[in-house]
Amino acid sequence: MSVEKASPYNVEEVRDDFPVLERTVDGEKLVYLDNAATSQKPGRVIDSVCDFYRNHNANVHRGLHTLSQEASEAYEGAHDTVAEFLGAEGREEIVFTSNTTDGINTVAFGWGTRNVEEGDNIVLTQMEHHSSLVPWQKVAEATGAEMRFVEVEDGVLDMSDAYDKIDEDTAMVSLVHMSNVFGTVVPVEDIIGHAHDHGARVLVDGAQSAPHIPVDVGEMDADFFVTSGHKMCGPTGSGVLYGKRELLEETEPYKYGGEMIKLVEYEDATWADLPWKFEAGTPNIAQGIGLAEAVEYLEDLGMEKIHEHEKSVTRYALERMWEDEEVEVYGPPPEHEARGGVVSFNVADAHPHDSSQLLSDEGIATRSGHHCAQPLMKKMGVPATTRASFYLYNTYEEVDALMNGIETVKEVFA
Amino acid sequence: MSRDMYRERILNHYRNPHNYGTIEDPDVHYSDVNPSCGDEIDMYAVVDENDEVVDVKFDGQGCAISQASASLLTDEVKGMTLEEVRDLETDDIKEMLGIELSPVRVKCAVLGLKVLEGGIVEYEKEN
Repeated sequence: MSVEKASPYNVEEVRDDFPVLERTVDGEKLVYLDNAATSQKPGRVIDSVCDFYRNHNANVHRGLHTLSQEASEAYEGAHDTVAEFLGAEGREEIVFTSNTTDGINTVAFGWGTRNVEEGDNIVLTQMEHHSSLVPWQKVAEATGAEMRFVEVEDGVLDMSDAYDKIDEDTAMVSLVHMSNVFGTVVPVEDIIGHAHDHGARVLVDGAQSAPHIPVDVGEMDADFFVTSGHKMCGPTGSGVLYGKRELLEETEPYKYGGEMIKLVEYEDATWADLPWKFEAGTPNIAQGIGLAEAVEYLEDLGMEKIHEHEKSVTRYALERMWEDEEVEVYGPPPEHEARGGVVSFNVADAHPHDSSQLLSDEGIATRSGHHCAQPLMKKMGVPATTRASFYLYNTYEEVDALMNGIETVKEVFA
Repeated sequence: MSRDMYRERILNHYRNPHNYGTIEDPDVHYSDVNPSCGDEIDMYAVVDENDEVVDVKFDGQGCAISQASASLLTDEVKGMTLEEVRDLETDDIKEMLGIELSPVRVKCAVLGLKVLEGGIVEYEKEN
């Protein structure tokens, strides 16, 4: 075993920040390994949401009364906090969405349908989440553009295939930063450079990356970057769309109504300034404020340290599974460096559904299914996988618990 | 504890399902998937002039519960009329399985029945 069971911070202290981690499931200690679906929330994030409703609740933007001013300041300021966290230049480049899917739809239907033309192509990878695949299918259908898919082998993107498929006719490259199936991290900087050389725009799906690894959208030079707040210790209903200012200027809103307008006449209207023109209707105010608190929590712990911790725990899990002949692990071998905390596997003859059910008996929360990547599962030749996904609070002992649970699955299905 | 779900009888039906395979030129054929887990089942049946099921087979892939339920169901429906099959309900499937199921797993358990009934509806429309 080459993994030293160390952590750059005191994991037990960190666990104390998360109230739910104290609970038991059928008398067993909860082992929460479904973080790629959603993360748990630290007490201070839960408190910030409660504090908003208890003490400051009001609608935002135009209210002159005290509560509205407090709510507006907190909600608008949350955009600044997230901008700094992601390396954006300011709140004008940070749109609060409901989730990653909402962000991708904003780009697909606000920018894509207006800028992609027949004869163009849209380049994706074979390991996109349905949320980064289906909106572009609709854009291709509406514009007559061609869809291209960069090959993936053992969870690793074929870079030379990416360089071949992105050409002078490429209008948009939409790609996953960290795979939600394999945990592999795509060198998006290299692809963005190549795409820009060919005049293409790039959207990075950071649903799995921003919660787990340091992200700087400016350094990366992404045109658009989307992520979900609920996967990074924030509330559900919070998500982020980053866009370069000039691109957001030329992107049309895809939701219209209140809060997003500047001047309205009976026959016509103009849009509010960035980022508000994309936040139609009363926004998810408490969730946005909670997200800012979550981001501050992550910054206090340090994204580098979080990544280091998760990588080490994941490597330990991978090495234990890799040497077990009855466990099939999908993706590159344990020594593959560019990866985060996601492991997809199957146990012996057990269907992943049954594996997850038996693991749940021991308090272990995993996910089984196609992980919103049906075409990828088909390519891999499996109907589904079981997925364990780690976060900043998971421990080596929890990996041991998972391995014990896997022994139970083997016993039942032997 | 859901370990009770995986009794020997269920696991035997999962490993060695009864009536597994396809039927050429069936009177009834239908397929469906459970989108949340990807379980897939195809059902084939041959019926006689009295609308009685004389042969039935299934194929597909999925979890132990969905596959064992389909296997048990095919044993059960042989000799039944189409109307009798259509009258089968979730509780009948639970009874065939003889185990407690959580709401999520009930969806797995009834997939085979849902597919067979879908096929019967199509068949009755055409005849």
